[in-house]
Amino acid sequence: MALPVYASPLERLWHRTYLVICAAIFLFLISPILIVIPLSFNVEPYFSFTKEMLSLDPSGFSMRWYDSLLTVGMTTPDGPRDANWWSMAWAEATWVQAAKNSIIIGFWSTILATFLGTLAALGLSRPEMPWRRAVMAVLISPMIVPIIIIATGLFFFYSNPCSVVGLSCGRLTSTYTGIVMAHATLGIPFVIITVTATLSGFDQSLIRAGASLGASPSRTFFKVVLPLITPGVVSGALFAFVTSFDEVVAVLFIAGPEQQTIPRQMWNGIREAISPAILAVATILVIISIALLATVELLRRRSERLRGVTPA
Amino acid sequence: MKRLLILSTALSAGLAFAANADVTVMSWGGAYGAAQTEAHVKPWSEKTGNKAVMIDNENPATPIKAMVEAGNVTVDVASVEYADAIRLCDEGVLEPIDAAALPAGADGTAAADDFLPGAVTDCGVSTDIWANVFAYDSSKFTGEKPSKVADFFDLEKFPGKRGLKKGAKAVLELALMADGVAPADVYTVLGTPEGVDRAFAKLDTIKKDVVWWEAGAQAPQLLADGEVAMTTAYNGRIFAAAIEEGKPFEIVWDGQIYENEMYVVPKGAPNKDLAMDFIKYATSTEGLRAQAQNISYGPSRKSAMKEELLYKDGKTVMAPHLPTAPENMTNSLLTSSDFWVDKNSELNERFNAWLAAN
Amino acid sequence: MADATAVPPMSPALLTTADGRPLKAALQAAQARARRRAFLLVAPLLLFVVLTFIVPIGQMLHRSVYHDGLSSNAPKIAAWFAATPAGTPPDEAAWAALAEDFKAMKANKTAGEAGTRVNYTLPETRSLFTKTARGADKLAPPWHEAFVAIDPKWDDLAVWQAMRGASTAYTTDFYLIATDRTRDAAGNVEQVAENQRIYLWLFGKTFFLSGMITVICLALAFPVAHLLATLPARKANLLMILVLLPFWTSLLVRTTSWMVLLQGQGVVNDLLVRGGLIGDESRLAMMYNQTGTIIVMTHVLLPFMILPLYSVMRVIPPSYARAARSLGATSWTTFRRIYLPQTLPGIGAGALLVFILAVGYYITPALVGGADGQLISNLIQFHMANSNWSLAAALAAMLLAGVLVLYWLYDRLIGIDNLKLG
Repeated sequence: MALPVYASPLERLWHRTYLVICAAIFLFLISPILIVIPLSFNVEPYFSFTKEMLSLDPSGFSMRWYDSLLTVGMTTPDGPRDANWWSMAWAEATWVQAAKNSIIIGFWSTILATFLGTLAALGLSRPEMPWRRAVMAVLISPMIVPIIIIATGLFFFYSNPCSVVGLSCGRLTSTYTGIVMAHATLGIPFVIITVTATLSGFDQSLIRAGASLGASPSRTFFKVVLPLITPGVVSGALFAFVTSFDEVVAVLFIAGPEQQTIPRQMWNGIREAISPAILAVATILVIISIALLATVELLRRRSERLRGVTPA
Repeated sequence: MKRLLILSTALSAGLAFAANADVTVMSWGGAYGAAQTEAHVKPWSEKTGNKAVMIDNENPATPIKAMVEAGNVTVDVASVEYADAIRLCDEGVLEPIDAAALPAGADGTAAADDFLPGAVTDCGVSTDIWANVFAYDSSKFTGEKPSKVADFFDLEKFPGKRGLKKGAKAVLELALMADGVAPADVYTVLGTPEGVDRAFAKLDTIKKDVVWWEAGAQAPQLLADGEVAMTTAYNGRIFAAAIEEGKPFEIVWDGQIYENEMYVVPKGAPNKDLAMDFIKYATSTEGLRAQAQNISYGPSRKSAMKEELLYKDGKTVMAPHLPTAPENMTNSLLTSSDFWVDKNSELNERFNAWLAAN
Repeated sequence: MADATAVPPMSPALLTTADGRPLKAALQAAQARARRRAFLLVAPLLLFVVLTFIVPIGQMLHRSVYHDGLSSNAPKIAAWFAATPAGTPPDEAAWAALAEDFKAMKANKTAGEAGTRVNYTLPETRSLFTKTARGADKLAPPWHEAFVAIDPKWDDLAVWQAMRGASTAYTTDFYLIATDRTRDAAGNVEQVAENQRIYLWLFGKTFFLSGMITVICLALAFPVAHLLATLPARKANLLMILVLLPFWTSLLVRTTSWMVLLQGQGVVNDLLVRGGLIGDESRLAMMYNQTGTIIVMTHVLLPFMILPLYSVMRVIPPSYARAARSLGATSWTTFRRIYLPQTLPGIGAGALLVFILAVGYYITPALVGGADGQLISNLIQFHMANSNWSLAAALAAMLLAGVLVLYWLYDRLIGIDNLKLG
């Protein structure tokens, strides 16, 4: 932002102060995220910079906390790192199991949320949709209602889902299905928001154009609509995945010992003794979020470009 | 689409890794959980060929009732405090234990005579006797060291933050003993409204300097991080930090509050019979000795202390580090399970209200 | 749609379609079909959300007014309570019914459950129940004396008052507890003793802290959003990453980082000590207390304030401000009279969103809040963990009501479809 030429000296001073304030706020936003990265390479089990680290002495740094992510939970962590060792780490290490669970649960809940959410967003964007506002409010509400209330409700409901109709039919607690459904519910608002936002700039006459050229409704959808809304769908899916990947309260309430996810494992670690292993996990997660952010940014640009060629 | 299909097949194949454990044991995590894993879970698995896993909880007693009432029991054996074992048993959420089926001691003494009084109840078998003590970092106090329970509340003589367990139990007793109440009178005093006020008044004197901990592993961590100068803790955790990691931690045994820790089986446990077998093994002389070699809690069978007990490092003699050592019991209090079964929710309400108020 | 002019009209008054139907009806049918089709697209998701969200929460709320611990385990005495008016002292029929119930409860091991229900409103009745059940086999007429012989507390009318309250499965008791109130021996509602009051106070504190966090977020977000909105697009996009990265980073990661920064031996204190600003003995306590909760929640929620503000500020034309300046307004007046009013929709949207999210926060206060940084969600969790489900549900219902009012407000003022992400 440039100052106008007629600015007074006082205004110039204020402008400079203002820039400093902004810089400080940006520092506040970003420094906590970056600080964990160097600390995760600390040799010592402490959370502060040692003298060796500050003088960039290599002996102050190590990969031991990353290594511990593989060895914790293994029955025989010592020994040569051959193929056998790696397959044991794959099958036994606590953090590896947690990562597998997080990915499986995240994947399926994203599929579910994206499929149902996109379908609903298509309906919601039609001008004929009845009770549009009310339905939208209901579908967005999982984002607004405190997670502790949702988790509490799910805990009872999942214990015996059929009790609503007065029957008894097994349970969804301590199952992958249960958590996938819960996480899908939490991810749906994001899909709805991003896809309806993409559709709001969508030119409905394109559908009519497709139809008038003889395309069937499904052909119009796959050839015309879907390519145009794909950026919105994908970024909605990414939001849904991140929501699931980061979720801990519902997992605390409804998961069993076999469905421990990365956040659940981190929660354990933070509540007990925060070992720097947590920082190693945190660093990996920060790198993942940087990658996701870059993807979303690219999609957004693509979407803008695509919409740019669409006559408004 | 095809790629998606392959990916999804690969992902669902990943589901198969989580093979069901035969017995799931839920304990307190940290040094204690590790000791039970080494002493009970692993040897039992090797001996019987059944798979057993250990999971951690901040307090294994809390989820049991919810699990049973919701019909969602995922745990076969849980390690709970004595009062909780009694309360949960009364509420009908635990499987009864057949005391007659417990094995005799290694020296041939019948189980009924071998166990210490009160160690076997309707629904639980004791694994050890542990204590709430307070400990300090000796490098923080160069002159006089804390030695009496009153010193914990003396901020002038021993400045620095205090760590306390977030909850009414053992904290109110400690406050009263520090205020000069004899251990024998603690529960009589605490049974009156004035006594409760007196305990909270004592806590008020240090409230501003307290860091509250919840999981047992946090207490030694707070000491190690220098967040507190003194903290209450489970004695075994402090012992583990001192011996294993060479921390300069000292335990003050004056005013220790001790009780039995119980193995229980939640009602409707998925592998009830194996769970019972696990408990029989874990609370045998061998199992109890093995646990006491891993953490400094007193075994609940007399036969386990017949021979000298060494720590797993092979040189530390355990006896003086146990809450049951005579010299550690000169001014000590046995937790009253009757009192806490009754007053737990009321006093915790009051405690929460007190804690939240500034 | 068929072309209505393709066939000659049957009657000049009524336009019809090719197949002879009146145009109006055909149009209505077509619109109904379109509506149905639109709704069918939404229906699967609506059904899913109802099943995994609305029904579970409804079921949970039901628990806040329903607890059959006493009524199902002690049906005889419950029937006696139902048949007699409030305040009736127990007669011999009541004692006999109670004795019968206790014998059954002893056999079924349910005295603890029934006692727990009464204990919620009157402490120490739980042990009265378990103790009486243990001696239930020896109970014999005359009943009254037999009960008092087990425990003289049975003569206390407060016990009977509490049992009467618990004798119906549907009850408002838990809402009374959740608002720090109780019933006295005569059945009148009164406030509990001052040192037992916590819930209303904590609700107040939760709303106060949320308000404070909202204000801090606004103060921090405003300059940043303004800078982003006025910078050239390329620079703004680059700086935007600094806002979006925290937004995309795991909440637990951010909380951990703050713990590393703020704890006694943490980075911030270390810097202050090394810089000689504070002594090694007087390290600041910024963690495990209210300060920790405020700092970390501000950081977590700040992007939710920046993004809506930014999207509003971006479209404010700079020409208005220039016009004001050219008409002689000072820069402060221009800001206050011209710029600020135009940002109000953004301020409203961001503030409401941050406030709604803050009120229900659980993870951050649980991890960094210590004793005085806990919010109402943490107490709900506490009661869940201690199996006092009805009280947890009552507190949850009150919190939910507050959040829904704010949500409704948001929808009315800003419109839910204007919610934007990233």
